[in-house]
This record gives sequence, structure tokens and C-alpha cells, in this order.
Amino acid sequence: MPSKTTNLPHFVAPVEETPLVAIDSVKVDEKPSNLWIDAWRDMRKRPMFWISAVLIVLVVLVAIFPSLFTAAAPNNNCYLQNSNGGPTAGHPLGFTKQGCDVFARIVYGTSTSLSVGILVTILVAVLGIVFGAFAGFYGGWIDSVLSRLGDIFFSIPYILAAVVIMSVLSQYRNVIVLALAIGIFAWPSTARVLRAEILRVKNSDFVMASTALGVSRFRILVRHVLPNSIAPVIVVTTISLAAAIVAEASLSFLGVGLPSSVMSWGNDISQAQTDLRTNPMTLIYPSIALSITVLSFIMMGEVIRDALDPKARAQR
Amino acid sequence: MAGYIVRRILQAVPVFLGTTFLIYFMVFAMPGDPIIALFGDKTPNPAVVAQLRERYHLDQPFIVQYFIFLGGIFRGDLGVSFSGQPVAEILAKTFPVTLRLAALAIFFEMVAGITVGLISGLRKGKLFDSSALLVSLVLISLPIFVIAFVFQLVFGVQLGWFRTTVGFGAPIQDLIMPALVLATISFAQISRLTRSSVIDTSGQDFVRTAASKGLSRRRIVPVHILRNSLIPVVTYLAVDFGTLMVGATITEGIFNVPGVGRTLYQAIIRGEGPTVVSFVTVMVLIYLVVNILVDLFYAVLDPRIRYAK
Repeated sequence: MPSKTTNLPHFVAPVEETPLVAIDSVKVDEKPSNLWIDAWRDMRKRPMFWISAVLIVLVVLVAIFPSLFTAAAPNNNCYLQNSNGGPTAGHPLGFTKQGCDVFARIVYGTSTSLSVGILVTILVAVLGIVFGAFAGFYGGWIDSVLSRLGDIFFSIPYILAAVVIMSVLSQYRNVIVLALAIGIFAWPSTARVLRAEILRVKNSDFVMASTALGVSRFRILVRHVLPNSIAPVIVVTTISLAAAIVAEASLSFLGVGLPSSVMSWGNDISQAQTDLRTNPMTLIYPSIALSITVLSFIMMGEVIRDALDPKARAQR
Repeated sequence: MAGYIVRRILQAVPVFLGTTFLIYFMVFAMPGDPIIALFGDKTPNPAVVAQLRERYHLDQPFIVQYFIFLGGIFRGDLGVSFSGQPVAEILAKTFPVTLRLAALAIFFEMVAGITVGLISGLRKGKLFDSSALLVSLVLISLPIFVIAFVFQLVFGVQLGWFRTTVGFGAPIQDLIMPALVLATISFAQISRLTRSSVIDTSGQDFVRTAASKGLSRRRIVPVHILRNSLIPVVTYLAVDFGTLMVGATITEGIFNVPGVGRTLYQAIIRGEGPTVVSFVTVMVLIYLVVNILVDLFYAVLDPRIRYAK
């Protein structure tokens, strides 16, 4: 039979004509692509990323070096002769009813808002990661107890809870207490997101491989499962920073946040609300500062989410 | 289904106990004396203090107080506010107003959110979609009191379309503006949720089948796409309820709506511990019940939920 086949014409191209080598070649020298590299490549192409990044950098700069942006002293000398005055040289946004420079107050209020936001975010991330990781990875009764505990904290809207805590602790109103009051009730959503992701990741082959190699459970969780399920937590955390800034302003606005002597956007808005008819701009300017800051963090969260989630990328 | 209902309700029991305990703990086991705080900077009469302490069972150990309070809830007794009015009575008077406000807000946000979400989902990446996305991002970023003041300033003071505060008896035309304010935040969430859900559903096989059967676009969009896209939107209502309650506290304060939120706000300002506890407890209770109802409704809509686990 073989002699017959050799006489038949070729219907399959000989190996040397098909460049199989070129198709299968692996670029050995190139760094292997992973989720984070892909995400970064995707993110840097989007204008929304750069807009929010620039805004966030600006807000952080204003918070750390307020004196670069305004010539006014931090304890903001308010002179009543300037009451409700319009913009003048060096005071671009005019004055409040108490004669305070609106622009200077916004500049010095930045660090208050940002520090509450960052403290809450750290607290929420730590609590959320600990609770979510243990609940999702160990399962069983640990999951039941931790998840019910999360449900309890989740079923009280965190601003209401913070209102209760802050009104009880009225003599201890400062940035740290406020951040604790917000953060203690805000972590369950982070824990839930992480738990769901860990449930998905912990059945992967690499986890089974580590188990087979005799790696301890805790080490598997910390070294293999957590790094592979942290992506959605980063998104939630970025957005929770924005939510915390809003919460601080809302609580200060309700009069249970920071004492009125502290310069914060919430206090500025709260104090300006009685002058809504006579001098609305004293209310509008701090609101704009607050909204732009919150918007930049939310946009950043959106961009990161889109970059990390291929499904969201397809929806765009 | 019956098994699912029982399981879901049993799950809610420890959450309810834990939640009420937590609220009670926050108010009464923390530093600061609610009775002394009541007198402000005046020196209280010891006899009056003792009598008030007894009335609110503050002379009992903390855990006993909690169980007295819990027993009261089951008997429908929510305690007495510091002004001497039963909390249940205050609730009965203020709750209908808040309910009307919330219903109006949910109506606005649902109609607007689903419409915008559907159009964006069907025309993804077009001008309407991108501008809706931008608007929703901006709305999410605006704190509710900022929106409230802007509305008050523009529509109330400058254009004079609405009254800036709600009049006696809270007539429906006065509630429109606070309801619109309340609706803005969730509108953004609902429209985005609807959009992604519509995009998901549009790519499903049954939609292609419907199209290949020759059904018109006018039938496919409402019957096949929209109806199947609304399931996650319905569940969002449960989450939304928490947002609405917090939003109502601030919005009712600003627009002077005589509802639950404003009463709670005033109780907070005056430091009326027992009233705050009762109100927050009732709100959390309502929130839990709504969550169970939505979960059950979800299980009806999507059988996969019932059989999970």
C-alpha cells in the first residue's frame, strides 16, 4: 500500500510549506501578560482615567500643601466688615456672612475631607478583607457566623448608624472618631464582594495544586487566593473613599459631624444654608469642591472596574 | 417555595436580634448620660432624674433594659419620647407622609431610570448612551443635600415653580420637589443597572430566536428584552430602601416635610436617645421586612434562587 500512496498527488501541503513554527512560536523574552498589565494598558487609553487622575493628584496636593494655593492663614481670619462681600483681589470666591474667605476655607477644608475619606477606606478595607476572606475561604460555620454578623451591620444604613454614634459621642467629635463611626458600619459590602470572589477562586486548579504540595491552608489563602481575588475589592474601595467623603459632609451638615470650629466642606455648606437666598454662592462653591472630589474618585473606580472586568469592557 | 420562605425568615431572626441589640448598645452603653444631657447646661433636680431613670428603666442593668425594650416591641409598645408622646403615636402620624414621599420618589426614579437605561442599552456607545453615563456619574457624586439646595435655589427661589418648604398637611404638589431630589441618586443607579441588564439580555439566544421568527422590534424590545432585564432592577429596590431612608432624613430636614425622617433628625439634634432608638429600630425592621419580601419576589421571578444551596 505505501508504494501506491506515494504515487498519488499531494493533497496536503508539505510541512516545509506551512509555517507552523511561526504560528506556534512563543515570545520567550517577553514579560508574560497578566490581569494588572492588561488593566493598565486598557486604562491609560481612556481620557476618563487621566482626567480623574489629574483631579485626584490636585486634591491631594491641596490637602497636603494648602499654603501653596492660598495666602490666607490657616486659622482664617474672618473680618465682619467683609460680610457677604463679593470677589476681590486675592479672594476669588468672595466672603461668607461671617466675613470668611470662601476660597481659603475650601482649600483648608480639603485635608479634613480627604483624611476622613482615607481613614474610613483603610478601616473598611481591613475589616472587609479579614471578614470576607475568612468567611469565603473557610466556609462552614465560620462563614455562617461572619456572614450573619455582616448582615447585622449591613441592615443598618451606615449614615444612620454614624448619626447615632456621633450624637452619643458628642463630646468626642474629631476626625478619628468620625472615621470610626462611618467605617464600622460600612465594611460589610466590601466583605460580601470579596467573599463572593473567593468562593469563585478557591476551586481553581492552582489552589488544588498548592494543597497537593502540602501548603498550609492559611498560607494558600494569603499567598494564592487573596492576590487573585483582590481586584473587585480595589474597585469597591475606591468608590467607598468617595462615599466616605460624602458621609463626612452629610454628618457635618446634619450637625453631628465635626465641630463647627473645624474647617470642612460639610461645615461650610451647613453654615451657608441659612443664607441660601441672600448669598447662595457661599453654599455653591464648597458644594462644587466636594462634588468634583467625589466625582474624581468615582470616575477612577469606574475606570478601574472596566479595566479589571473583561465583561464590562465588552459592554462598552 | 414554602421551605425557602421558612429558611429566609429564620435567617432574619438573628439579624433582627443582633441589629436591635447593636442600636440599643450604641445609645445606652456608650459614655454620656442621656438623662443628664436632656437638661443641657442646667443642674437637674435629682428627684426628676431618678423618676426619668425609672421610667426609661435606666436604673436596671443594661441587658435587662434591652429585654424590656425588646418585649415592648413585640407588644407594639415603642416607648415614650422625652416630650411625653408615645413613639408609636408619633410614628402613626409621620409615617404616611414619608410613605407618600418615598412612593413618589420610587415612581420618579423607576420611570426615568428604566426609560433612560433601556434607551442607553439599546443604543450602546451612541451619543445618548455616553451622555446618560456622564449625567449618572455626576448625579452619583452629588451629595443629596447639595441637590436639595440647588433645587430649592433654582426651582424654588429663582423660578418660583415650587414652594421651598412643604406646607401644612404635606399636600402632594409640595412633595414633588423633595421626591425629585430623593429620586436623583437612585435614578443614576437604576438607569445603569437597566442598561447593563438590557445589553446582557439583548445578546441572549432567545432574543435572536424571536428576531429570526420574524417578530417586530416593537414586540421584542418590551416583551423579550425589557421584561427579562427588570429582574435585577427589582432586587435593587431592596438596597434602594436603605438609601431612601437616609435620604429622607436629610431631605425632609431641608424641605421641612413632617415625616419620619425629620422627626428622627430633630430627635438626634435634641439627643433624645429613646426616640432615636425606636425610630431607627422601626426603620431597620421595615428594611428587613422589605428585604425578605424582595428576596421572595426574586425567588418567584427566578426559580434558580429557590433551589440554590
